[in-house]
Amino acid sequence: MADVPINAPQHCPGTGSTEAGKSSACQGCPNQSICASGTMSGPDPAIEEIKEKLSSVKHKILVLSGKGGVGKSTFSAHLAHGLAQDESKEVALLDVDICGPSIPKMMGLEGEQVHQSGSGWSPVYVEDNLAVMSVGFLLSSPDDAVIWRGPKKNGMIKQFLRDVDWGEVDYLIIDTPPGTSDEHLSVVQYLSVAGIDGAVIITTPQEVSLQDVRKEINFCHKVKLPIIGVVENMSGFICPKCKNESQIFPPTTGGAEKMCTDLNVSLLGKVPLDPNIGKSCDTGKSFFSEIPDSPATLSYRTIIQRIQDYCEKKKVTCFS
Amino acid sequence: MERSQDGGNLSGVQHIILVLSGKGGVGKSTISTEIALALRHAGKKVGILDVDLCGPSIPRMLNAQSKDVHQCDSGWVPVYVDQEKSISLMSIGFLLEHPDDAVVWRGPKKNALIKQFASDVAWGDLDFLIVDTPPGTSDEHIATVDALRPFNPMGALLVTTPQAVSVGDVRRELTFCKKTGLRVIGIVENMSGYVCPHCTECTNIFSKGGGEELARLSGVPFLGCVPLDPLLSQSLEQGKDFVQEFPNSAAYPAISSIARQILDMASPRS
Ligand SMILES: Nc1ncnc2c1ncn2[C@@H]1O[C@H](COP(=O)(O)OP(=O)(O)OP(=O)(O)O)[C@@H](O)[C@H]1O
Ligand SMILES: Nc1ncnc2c1ncn2[C@@H]1O[C@H](COP(=O)(O)OP(=O)(O)OP(=O)(O)O)[C@@H](O)[C@H]1O
Ligand code: SF4
Ligand SMILES: [Mg+2]
Ligand SMILES: [Mg+2]
Ligand SMILES: [Zn+2]
Repeated sequence: MADVPINAPQHCPGTGSTEAGKSSACQGCPNQSICASGTMSGPDPAIEEIKEKLSSVKHKILVLSGKGGVGKSTFSAHLAHGLAQDESKEVALLDVDICGPSIPKMMGLEGEQVHQSGSGWSPVYVEDNLAVMSVGFLLSSPDDAVIWRGPKKNGMIKQFLRDVDWGEVDYLIIDTPPGTSDEHLSVVQYLSVAGIDGAVIITTPQEVSLQDVRKEINFCHKVKLPIIGVVENMSGFICPKCKNESQIFPPTTGGAEKMCTDLNVSLLGKVPLDPNIGKSCDTGKSFFSEIPDSPATLSYRTIIQRIQDYCEKKKVTCFS
Repeated sequence: MERSQDGGNLSGVQHIILVLSGKGGVGKSTISTEIALALRHAGKKVGILDVDLCGPSIPRMLNAQSKDVHQCDSGWVPVYVDQEKSISLMSIGFLLEHPDDAVVWRGPKKNALIKQFASDVAWGDLDFLIVDTPPGTSDEHIATVDALRPFNPMGALLVTTPQAVSVGDVRRELTFCKKTGLRVIGIVENMSGYVCPHCTECTNIFSKGGGEELARLSGVPFLGCVPLDPLLSQSLEQGKDFVQEFPNSAAYPAISSIARQILDMASPRS
C-alpha cells in the first residue's frame, strides 16, 4: 500500500481512500487534518521530480545512527574524501542535518554560499570531483540557529533533493541528524521512487549507543531500507606515549560485533579513537592526506572499499 | 486527571533546569544523570524528565529500564530509582512495548506527548527537575520550552565537547536560548582530556578549551571541564551511582563542583 504514510497508525485506511482522515484509525494521526482536507489524494509530485533529477546519480548512500555524536558526519566526510581520491569518480555530499550542520566545517567550507543557477542550486566544490551541499551554506552567521519544526524541515529536504544541480555523479552520500525523525522519514519518502542503495549505520561500542542503534535498524526494516553495514567508531584508544590501549567507551554488551551477529547485519569495520581525526575535522582537512598510514586511515579504507563493492554488486532497488 | 488541566503537577517543583546542546553525543544525558545524583546526595529531591523521544538514555543510565509507569488520579506516577524515592524519572522508554521499537514520529505527535509529560506526571514536591533533551533545536525543544515557560524555569545548562565542530552547534543553541527567553545557567565542557591509566599521559582526544572559550566570548558562566573517564562511561552502562562509588575518580571533582554551583545559584530563590 503505497498510500499509507510511515507515520500513520496501524489501521490507516490509506490517504487516497474516501475514509482518509475520517476513519476511527485516523484519531490522533499527525496527518489527520491534511488527509481530511482531501489534498493528499495521490503521492507528492515531488517524488517523481526527484527521481527525474537524481537519474544522473548512480549510487545513493545514507549515513545513519540513532545515537548522537557517534561520528556520522565525520564518517560521511571521510567516505566522500575516500571515494573522491579516485579521480574518475564524481562524488556528492549532502548534509540534511538542518539544526546542526557539521559538514561545512569538516570540509573546510565555512562561510561558503550556494548560488542559484538556471536549473537549481549549485553545490560548493571542494575539489573538481567532490561537491557539497548543506543548510549551513544558507545561514548568514555561525550563530544563526535554525529553529524549525518538522514541516518546515521537510520542505527544505525536498528542495535539497529536487533543486540541487549535482550533474553526473557516481556517489551521493547523505549525512543525517541523529534519531528517527522528520528528516529521516522525509529523505526515505522522497527517495522512495528514485531508490537508495542502502544505509551505513554508525555506532560507538557502548550499550548506551547500541540501544539507540537497534532502534535505527528497526527503522530501516520498517521502511524497507537496505542496510549496507555497521561501522563501530571510537573503538578503543591507543595512548600515543605508552602505546597501551584503553576502552574509553567500553563494549559492555559485546559492542557492534555482537549486535551485528544478533541482528544479522554486516559489520563493515572498526575505527579507533584518534585525536588527529577530531583535529582534521576542526580544520576542515582530509585525515587521509594528513595522516596517510595511521591505523584509523587503514580501517577507513577497508570500510570504504566494502561499501564500494556493495554498491557495484547491487542494482539500485526501489523499495516503495 | 483533573489537576492536569491547570498544569498543577509541576507546581510543587522548585527549580527546573533544562540540559541542552545543539550537538549530539556530547553528554547531555550523562550530565543530567550525574547532576541529579549529586543533588540527591546533597539531600535534595530530584526528578528527571527525559524528552528525548527517539533515543531515551536515562532509564538505562539509572538502571531503571525494566520499570513501568503507572496511572493514578493525578496522572502518571513517575518511576522511582531508589527506595527512598529521592529520584523520580519519566521517559518514553517506560511507555514502549519493546525496548528496540523505533519511535518514528513526526513533530506534531512529539509535541503532544511532551505537553502530556509536562502536565500529566505526578511529580509531587521536588527541589529540582532536570530535563534531558535530544540534540538540536527542533520540535522537542520548542515544545518543551513552551510547556515549561509557565513554571518559570531556572534556566538551561549547555553541554559541549571541546572541539570546534561541537562548539559551533552550541553557539547556535545559545541563539535558541536567547530567542526563546531561556536564561543560560552556564556551559559545561565535557570529554575534556583523557589521562592514560597506564602512564598518566594526558591526551586531548577531542581537543581542549573550546567550551571555556565559548563561555568567555558569549559572557555566559563557565561551570567546569569534565574529563573523559572510563569509570564514568562504565557506571552509566551498568546504571551504577558514579557519584557514590567513585569519589576518587577523574570526573568526580568536576561533577560535584557543577552541582555545588547549581545549588548556590538556586539557594537565593528558594
Ligand atoms: N574515531 C574518532 N576519533 C576521534 N575523534 C572522533 C572520531 N570520530 C569522530 N570524532 C570526533 O567526534 C565528534 C563527533 O563526531 P561527528 O560530529 O561526526 O558525530 P555525529 O554523529 O555526526 O554527531 P551529530 O549526532 O551531532 O550529528 C567530532 O568532533 C569528531 O571530530
Ligand atoms: N566524561 C565522560 N567520560 C567518559 N564517557 C563519557 C563522558 N561523558 C559521556 N560519556 C559517554 O559518552 C556517551 C554519550 O554520552 P550521552 O549519551 O550522555 O550524550 P548525549 O549528549 O545525551 O547524546 P544524545 O545526543 O544521543 O542524546 C555515553 O556512552 C556516555 O557514557
Ligand atoms: S489521517 Fe491519513 S494517514 Fe492518518 S490514518 Fe487517517 S488516512 Fe491514514
Ligand atoms: Mg553530524
Ligand atoms: Mg541523550
Ligand atoms: Zn599511556
